[in-house]
Amino acid sequence: MSTLKRRKGSETKRVSNSEPPIDKEHEKREKERDEKQKKSKQEGDENKKRNLKKWSCVDSCCWFIGFICSIWWFLLFLYNAMPASFPQYVTEAITGPLPDPPGVKLHKEGLKAKHPVVFVPGIVTGGLELWEGHQCAEGLFRKRLWGGTFGEVYKRPLCWVEHMSLDNETGLDPSGVRIRPVSGLVAADYFAAGYFVWAVLIANLARIGYEEKNMYMAAYDWRISFQNTEVRDQTLSRIKSNIELMVATSGGRKVVVMPHSMGVLYFLHFMKWVEAPAPMGGGGGSDWCAKHIKAVMNIGGPFLGVPKAVTGLFSAEAKDIAVARAMAPGVLDMDVFGFQTFQHVMRMTRTWDSTMSMVPKGGDTIWGGLDWSPEEDYKCNKKIKSNDSQTVSQNGKGSADDAKCANYGRIISFGKDVAEVHSSKIEMVDFRGAVKGSNLANMTCRDVWTEYHDMGVGGINAIADYKVYTAGSILDLLHFVAPKTMKRGGAHFSYGIADNLDDQKYEHYKYWSNPLETKLPNAPNMEIFSLYGVGIPTERAYVYKLSPAAGCSIPFQIDTSADGGLGCTCLKDGVFSVDGDETVPVLSAGFMSAKGWRGKTRFNPSGIRTYIREYNHAPPANFLEGRGTQSGAHVDIMGNFALIEDIIRVAAGSTGDDLGGDRVYSDIFKWSEKIKLQL
Amino acid sequence: MASILRFRKLCYLEPVKCSPLGFESFETPKIDKKESFEIPKVDEKNESVVSAVEEVLEKPTKKKRQSKEWRCTDYCCWIIGYLCTTWWLLLFLYHSLPANLPGLKVPEPPGARLNREGLTALHPVVLVPGIVTGGLELWEGRPCAEGLFRRRLWGGSFTEIFKRPLCWLEHLSLHNETGLDPPGIRVRAVPGLVAADYFAPGYFVWAVLIENLARIGYEEKNIYMAAYDWRLSFQNTENRDHALSKLKSKIELLYVTNGYKKVVVVPHSMGVIYFLHFLKWVESPPPMGGGGGSGWCSKHIKAVMNIGPAFLGVPKTVSSMLSAEAKDIAFIRFYKSILLVHGVSSFILFCRTVAPGLLDSKYFRLQTLEHIMRVSRTWDSIISLMPKGGETIWGNLDWSPEEEHDCDSAKKRYLQPSLNENSSNNTDGKRGFQVKERMKYGRIISFGKAASDIPSSQLSTLGSKEFMRASTSTNSHASCGEVWTEYDEMSRESIQKVVENKAYTARTLIDLLRFVAPKMMQRAEAHFSHGIAEILDDPKYAHYKYWSNPLETKLPEAPDMEIYCLYGVGIPTERSYVYKLSPSDRCNSIPFQIDTSADGSDGSCLKGGVHFVDGDESVPVLSAGFMCAKGWRGRTRFNPSGIATYIREYRHKPPANLLEGRGVESGAHVDIMGNAALIEDILRVAAGATGAELGGDRIYSDIIKMSERIDIRL
Repeated sequence: MSTLKRRKGSETKRVSNSEPPIDKEHEKREKERDEKQKKSKQEGDENKKRNLKKWSCVDSCCWFIGFICSIWWFLLFLYNAMPASFPQYVTEAITGPLPDPPGVKLHKEGLKAKHPVVFVPGIVTGGLELWEGHQCAEGLFRKRLWGGTFGEVYKRPLCWVEHMSLDNETGLDPSGVRIRPVSGLVAADYFAAGYFVWAVLIANLARIGYEEKNMYMAAYDWRISFQNTEVRDQTLSRIKSNIELMVATSGGRKVVVMPHSMGVLYFLHFMKWVEAPAPMGGGGGSDWCAKHIKAVMNIGGPFLGVPKAVTGLFSAEAKDIAVARAMAPGVLDMDVFGFQTFQHVMRMTRTWDSTMSMVPKGGDTIWGGLDWSPEEDYKCNKKIKSNDSQTVSQNGKGSADDAKCANYGRIISFGKDVAEVHSSKIEMVDFRGAVKGSNLANMTCRDVWTEYHDMGVGGINAIADYKVYTAGSILDLLHFVAPKTMKRGGAHFSYGIADNLDDQKYEHYKYWSNPLETKLPNAPNMEIFSLYGVGIPTERAYVYKLSPAAGCSIPFQIDTSADGGLGCTCLKDGVFSVDGDETVPVLSAGFMSAKGWRGKTRFNPSGIRTYIREYNHAPPANFLEGRGTQSGAHVDIMGNFALIEDIIRVAAGSTGDDLGGDRVYSDIFKWSEKIKLQL
Repeated sequence: MASILRFRKLCYLEPVKCSPLGFESFETPKIDKKESFEIPKVDEKNESVVSAVEEVLEKPTKKKRQSKEWRCTDYCCWIIGYLCTTWWLLLFLYHSLPANLPGLKVPEPPGARLNREGLTALHPVVLVPGIVTGGLELWEGRPCAEGLFRRRLWGGSFTEIFKRPLCWLEHLSLHNETGLDPPGIRVRAVPGLVAADYFAPGYFVWAVLIENLARIGYEEKNIYMAAYDWRLSFQNTENRDHALSKLKSKIELLYVTNGYKKVVVVPHSMGVIYFLHFLKWVESPPPMGGGGGSGWCSKHIKAVMNIGPAFLGVPKTVSSMLSAEAKDIAFIRFYKSILLVHGVSSFILFCRTVAPGLLDSKYFRLQTLEHIMRVSRTWDSIISLMPKGGETIWGNLDWSPEEEHDCDSAKKRYLQPSLNENSSNNTDGKRGFQVKERMKYGRIISFGKAASDIPSSQLSTLGSKEFMRASTSTNSHASCGEVWTEYDEMSRESIQKVVENKAYTARTLIDLLRFVAPKMMQRAEAHFSHGIAEILDDPKYAHYKYWSNPLETKLPEAPDMEIYCLYGVGIPTERSYVYKLSPSDRCNSIPFQIDTSADGSDGSCLKGGVHFVDGDESVPVLSAGFMCAKGWRGRTRFNPSGIATYIREYRHKPPANLLEGRGVESGAHVDIMGNAALIEDILRVAAGATGAELGGDRIYSDIIKMSERIDIRL
């Protein structure tokens, strides 16, 4: 408007000043009009340009997303349209023809399903689902909280932790929450999508004719103590009834049981439970096992516990016993919970009684004292060589001088030097009487609660001053740092060695899962197999340090700077490792079969035959093999072809002798001999 | 898909953003980042191949050509991207939505209400699914089914139908002679609650009931889903899978582990007769039975709550056997254009949600219906649903128990709240006069509309003897591709014979089926029987083939047990059919089809070639309610120990709006599983109530009157 006025003004001025001819004026106007037109044209052009620019700014994002999406869909389509045998074809093109899966091979040999099989999954691998929850878990009814995609960990982490925790006093459900194990084969065939646990074994068994009616997955809630699974869910009764049913419907053929990892202990508990009289036990009578069980094939069984369990309880650092390792590191280390992930995890896992079933059992007798351990001559670097050439005897030559750097008996030591010097040079200050100091930082730590906050500085220092802990004193340590957990645990588990197995007290269920405090059932025709992987360095002892003092964190952590150097390669990142399957040391997995139960001993009065079958670890040759068909790792061994073949043969009727008896790569027999245990 | 994508990106592209906070700021920052990645790249390369967008930014000189290219290909990308983004945004909003919108009032589930009333889990519950609803998975298959090990072939998403239809059919078929697995194929029932909680994603069957049970404290340890392979005959589920033994052992276990509380059994649809079979099996001596002894049922079972029971069979079965079409399919055939609205798989229930259109499209290239027929005829279990009791129950040529049913007034009647009283005697009589002819429901199949109306004296019927004599000249032309149905073995003349007979009642139907499907009937008749027992103590009734027929067995000796018949009413349900010959195309090998042009006048029950009566859309009231209303009521010869029976009917009311889904007051055969009143009844009984405490019978239909008309010796 204003410009118009101005122009008008100038025009009138011009008119008043001099009177130019009208045609000139006209020309001028035309010119102006032309210019205007030009201008508008230009403006239009500019508009166009701007339009295009706008396009690029916002819409190119859309374009990009669209582009990605289209490609993604296209690939997905190709993937779906791909024939199922394509990956196999590619693999074969690269690596040469693959061996038949054992199921196919044995099917061709003419093996057929004979004995019903029972799977007993271990800790962590079984799925858990929600049956009743708090407000925040709305819409998750019968959805998996554990296993599957773990989607809820991301979506509502605090809610998830709240639901997964158990009651701190009773070790059962907190009020208003019911989490129950998923039942059926789906409970533990895959842990997460694509991460098999039992699936490969099931598929191979199916090849020789197994199906739902003669396979049974004894899924149980692995968070609660073994006896509580019966008290709360009647799981043991269910297993009993199912085994009876399968034996009856398959014409009296006994079952072959395959427990894995903690399931081994669970099934040990079951065998005692089922023959015990009714109020506490299953009332099956003293010949139940003899009548119903042909063989127990323990896969990677931590009979005598796992050192990892200690650190798990102590500082939540072993993350989790088995599979979660493959799955969780990323999850746990991230600050999913916004603050103090570890503390949350620790608080949750400490309510799980079952973790205590895996604390090392047998004390110093089994695991070694301050200056002695059964594995002391084990040499980490030579191990690899000797495994390759399969000359087991070579190991014996390991000279004693540099082997001394690893005092495996000291499961926890504070500081690297303490771990190495001779015991006479260690000053130990008893922590047991130490006063737990007043709380240093309870209020500032928000709602994260671990029992460390009750300890105070005094208590923490006392622990560090004791310097070295062996399997025996570790129990005291745990009692000191986690009194509530251990109190609950102590009612359900025991870690000692029985002097007199006929003592009345051993009829209590808390001893049933400890092989050193129970007798095997009276079933002379039964067979016990210990199947486990060897050839992977496995955590055995730890070097700890005090964390930099921050009020809210866990006061101890593994000293990852402690390395053994060239002379002592067994120490790495603060962890002494021995031979094992990455989780369970050979000693724990093999000792009972190698010595404790071999022949007629007091732990095995009826002389049940035992066999050791070791599987030497060979990492997958290439990426296409996935987790490998020769793996010896704790969970991946479930896909090991040799192991599957052994299992199928036994399920189809073979005995341990038909398989070829023991198959040993490690020094388990030598180490077992060193253990002085009254048999 | 989208969510997976999003998840992937979240995790792999932007690990830092994985915190819950990252979700909100997810879309835009990521895109910006991408941009900043892309642009410098273009600068560096400076080559024209890179995406046009950036070039517009960088080189305005080439603008025109570029913008044209833009329109051509990238526009699509843009649209897709736009849609994706919006989709994600909506998805995100949807997820961040509180579960209960304040404006939207979700009716409180009955479980929650009863929980507040103080009901808690008492008796363990056993669920017995019906036909079709249970999932089936593959355990061993042919090469074409590679990679499907332990995947669901039936139930779930049904993707394999589309991917490899012929392979799918091959695996679902059973052996034609034995009725068991074909060699090299093992398809087994999915076990556990997942077997039938949802049939397809989002299509609940038992899920709602389970959820409500959970609210009053039930969980895996006191609920058991007795999944079985519903394709097999009942006894074969025991022979092959030990399903009955398993059920027995589970019930015993539930009984013991739950403090010696008897179980409440909730069978649905065909599960009802399966469980009837079980009741007899479990008490019979071992070689054939379960050897539980005569006190087993009274010791272990508190109540059997039959939902939508098909005690006396379902007429729908007949049509599906004869021509692989039930009402739904016939309509589809007729209206080929609305293929996608109603799909079907002919059998009995509600596959129509899943396999839409596909059956009739030439998806299999040749004769979908014939394929279906061939497969379904290998399934023995379907025979268990054939109408039982013959003409005594289902009526003969001139008479049927439902003949006074008036479709129009029935509808009206259900709209009025108080109904029991209004059908007093005089209105009844009047109706009889008003309706010129009573519907002849007894003629379950009639050829031609005329044949369904005219009095029987004018019908030309052949005796069944004569009928069987009609020679089956088996020299059929082998030119019909590989599709094989037994019709190919029938000559044109014998088909003609079938049609000449005009009308079939429940009794002659069996003869008809024997004629058109001899192999199947031969197999099936070894497993099922459809008659009425004269003398129940006859030793022949100890054979298992009679166990699933309530008219040929005695209920167990269990005076404390209760039997409920819970079913929906108020939906027109198929009762009899008008058939015609198909246009004679030799290879279109099903020679009969429902005459969809046969329509009655207004207010008639004949529609699209099908006569309707009251029922729950699949099972007529008569079949569902008769045993509870009369056959077992009091102490009869079928119920010697006088087990108490209760009828609980649920009037159908369609969902008021779209948000309600399948409704909480539905009476339809499967949707009734979400009916709040039914769930409440079940919960109350499970928590300890008796039938009398529930209020005894609850009847909306004419079932009592109908039953009275049936002349059966009790």
